[in-house]
Amino acid sequence: MRFLFHIGSYFLLMRRAFSRPEKFSAIYRQTMREIEKVGINSFSIVVIISLFVGAVITIQTNFNIENPLLPKYLIGVTVRDSLLLEFSSTMVALILAGKVGSSIASELGMMRVTEQIDALEVMGINSASYLVLPKMIAAVLFFPILCLLSMIVGIAGGYLSCVLGDVIPPAQYIQGIQYAFQPYYISYALTKMAFYALITTSLSSYLGYHVKGGALEVGKASTKAVVQSSVLILLANLVLTRIILQ
Amino acid sequence: MIEVKHIFKSYDGNFVLNDVSVKFEQGKCNLIIGRSGSGKTVLLKSIVGLIEVDEGEIWYNDQRFSHMNTKERQIIRKEMGVLFQGAALFDSLTVVENVMFPLDMLTSMSGPEKLERVNFCLERVKVSGSNKLFPAELSGGMKKRVAIARAISMNPRYLFCDEPNSGLDPETGIVIDNLIKELTQEFNMTTIVNSHDMNSVLEIGDNVVFIYEGCKCWEGTGHEVLKSDNEALNNFVFATNMARRLKEK
Repeated sequence: MRFLFHIGSYFLLMRRAFSRPEKFSAIYRQTMREIEKVGINSFSIVVIISLFVGAVITIQTNFNIENPLLPKYLIGVTVRDSLLLEFSSTMVALILAGKVGSSIASELGMMRVTEQIDALEVMGINSASYLVLPKMIAAVLFFPILCLLSMIVGIAGGYLSCVLGDVIPPAQYIQGIQYAFQPYYISYALTKMAFYALITTSLSSYLGYHVKGGALEVGKASTKAVVQSSVLILLANLVLTRIILQ
Repeated sequence: MIEVKHIFKSYDGNFVLNDVSVKFEQGKCNLIIGRSGSGKTVLLKSIVGLIEVDEGEIWYNDQRFSHMNTKERQIIRKEMGVLFQGAALFDSLTVVENVMFPLDMLTSMSGPEKLERVNFCLERVKVSGSNKLFPAELSGGMKKRVAIARAISMNPRYLFCDEPNSGLDPETGIVIDNLIKELTQEFNMTTIVNSHDMNSVLEIGDNVVFIYEGCKCWEGTGHEVLKSDNEALNNFVFATNMARRLKEK
């Protein structure tokens, strides 16, 4: 019963978030602010993680391919496909669920307990549309950009490990990156990332928006946002992969 | 005028408001007083529509607010100014942006017009030189003043204040109380103030409603409070030994 109550409340919040806002210019301004918070401020973490993961996948793949009959450029193929198919979308989304999800839940949670959301409501402003919608728009627009960035930086990380670590000749790595390339993988990853953005922002917003109590409950909502977003991202990954790659 | 008719509100079977009926008149400071947990805040939040009552009606002049849908309520809410207990200023906005926020969202005023209105409101509550500060950089009293400026920025017909001087020293508390009274008379608003501060009752209480265990227990003027023979009210008003001794004298 409690589960059904939350499902119902979640969809009611979404309906309010997507209802006509008081002023479109205010939503636009908020969206620009959120793009900075949700997107631009996540650049550095995505770059650092993708760079190292790209380099490590290259080293590990080389370490595990012992058969001399297999060409070395297959390492490039493996790195590319690992990044494009899973890492840059799902793994980056899980990292962003931790960073962005907890930030959204705690921000809205604090606004709830300090009555800032009530203040919006009594002014006659649809607080869900003003606070939640811009976060969702910003994430849906910007998570796929972060995914693309992760693909580029991850592949560059693999290349750097070839150049600096002498793992395989860089020319063979580049050959592998280009070998049997399927552009469809990119649109597949970007589509998944847009769904993950929706899951993370809407769920975290729901948990933050409905906080009752004080700082302790805000902390709990923030933790729940990360855990539940991560689980739903993994579930969505399975469903979307089954649907899109069938 | 705001009228509350036979409202009930319960949580898990416990009545927080039990058949409360009150009239709050225009141009007066109407005070709701009572002990902590007596149901004052629930009553105030029910009146502004942040809490839905189980039964009963809430009227704003001739409009039945309690039975309106969200869109209909929004029209009345644009005529409300609310001062929350913790001021509820938006953390990410400066003082000017906070006061300008309702004007930005709900009016089509030009930039200079909005700025003129904001400056008027800030001067009216005697806040100057803090325009670019964020709420975290303000003192408790300043936050309350800025919150009042925001509440009156839309020229409201109804002003609601939830414990406006809680957390303030008595002197600053009286300044805030007097400001609320002056604004009520100046703009002829219907003002409802939640308080458990006796200074406020005596200073600004044109009409005082005493809530005891979710029921309206007594109603009168601020000065009648001291002469009442209502036992629950006397226990609340003369809670300290010093106050009791003064009454006996």
